[in-house]
Amino acid sequence: MRAFSYERAASPADAAARAAEVPGAKFIAGGTNLLDLMKHEIETPLHLIDVRGTGLNDITATEEGGLRVGAMVSNSTLAANPRVREAYGVLSRALVAGASGQLRNKATTGGNLLQRTRCPYFYDTAMPCNKRSPGAGCAALGKGATTRQLGVIGTSDACIATHPSDMAVALQALDARVETVTPEGETRSLTLDAFYQLPGDTPDVENTLAKGEMITGVVLPAPVEGRHAYFKVRDRSSYAFALVSVALIHAPDGTGRVALGGMAPRPWRRDAADAALPQGAAAVMAELLDGARPTEENAYKLTLAERTLAALLAEE
Amino acid sequence: MNAPNSAEQRRDQAPQDVPRSTVTLIVNGTQHTLTLDNRTTLLDTLREHLALTGSKKGCDHGQCGACTVSVNGERINACLTLAVMHEGDEITTIEGVGTVEHLDPMQQAFVANDAFQCGYCTPGQICSANAVLQEIAANIPSHVTADLTATIEITDAEIRERMSGNLCRCGAYANILKAITQVAKERA
Repeated sequence: MRAFSYERAASPADAAARAAEVPGAKFIAGGTNLLDLMKHEIETPLHLIDVRGTGLNDITATEEGGLRVGAMVSNSTLAANPRVREAYGVLSRALVAGASGQLRNKATTGGNLLQRTRCPYFYDTAMPCNKRSPGAGCAALGKGATTRQLGVIGTSDACIATHPSDMAVALQALDARVETVTPEGETRSLTLDAFYQLPGDTPDVENTLAKGEMITGVVLPAPVEGRHAYFKVRDRSSYAFALVSVALIHAPDGTGRVALGGMAPRPWRRDAADAALPQGAAAVMAELLDGARPTEENAYKLTLAERTLAALLAEE
Repeated sequence: MNAPNSAEQRRDQAPQDVPRSTVTLIVNGTQHTLTLDNRTTLLDTLREHLALTGSKKGCDHGQCGACTVSVNGERINACLTLAVMHEGDEITTIEGVGTVEHLDPMQQAFVANDAFQCGYCTPGQICSANAVLQEIAANIPSHVTADLTATIEITDAEIRERMSGNLCRCGAYANILKAITQVAKERA
């Protein structure tokens, strides 16, 4: 690990201002992804700003009937919150499908959104990676690469890594918004569509946050009526990333929302696919996966996604 | 040159011109004030600076759970957190769970049920196991909890799922499950 200086920030605005001002600064909260990457020297911050003391630890009701989740609320606390369990079941389900008990106690809401979109070649510093070293090439797209876990849609010729968060898939289905504060002290509210950025030619850039801009929380709109479900398919029954995951909110009248994890560089949802839900899983996936460009090894994910949604719908 | 083979040597040979911070930790009830290279993980602090070598370094990347300790009542991976981020925190390691003369009920149950072979993962397993029973008692849901709004019952599936962050390469899982179940029943 490279050496770094360390400070504790007392407020979100102070943290953002310092992050813009100090060269090589990064925020740290739970640190479960950042420290792991620092040990591999894939992340090499010169300065860490500890943002856990910035007063963002609460889950509070909004005037619109929703919830505001502070950026430092742990994944365990959020999953166990009574209001979330009762009215946003898809979010509780997605959270407890992710990581391990130890990691969920440490990982924060803001940090979960900001964990790196990644693949095994991103972690292997002996292999080329456009995300790690822009312009170096992509080992995952090389001959003989192992790609069965990697992305099938939203990917590019530069990168086919997936965003591993389960939480973010549920947030996408819930139309959650990300709240931020800029180094100038201004606040922004972003949909996940506006927050996450597809890799294109710059897979090293994963979101639209400006330099120093800090996530302060996530806002859930008023609850959506219907059945909330999250089905994660993985290589072992616990503590593994999704090959495919499906977040489903299904209203009694047959309408609803579908978001996918494990398929793309960000949680994946399309309005046209939601509109096709009354016609069944095949109709949804025809819209949701239109334009997919899988490798030979991961084309199975297209079939698996459809069958996973079909399995969820068959439970009703 | 051989790599330094003691904590003292490693500390002596470590570069001194790196950013350091002073932090106060309360470990197993004893307060320690330390000035550390900012890079020092909580795990390395316990093992190399406080000579508490019960917490083990397996993978050092949060994947194996051998370093599991309790911080302010919650289990975490000590390898994936910096000591300087724990100012004033109360940390309980396996040394604070029980002693050879006075084993914790979970330690006693691991012995009675032959719940380990080489023993390397055992401190982490025991710290995690005690936390698992607390988490179920606090009605915190897991991936296998059928009804998010009902009271959670202690089942084999619940224990297995909640222990998935602790690997055992000897494969003592069946007896680890028996040990935890025994303690759960004793407490019921």
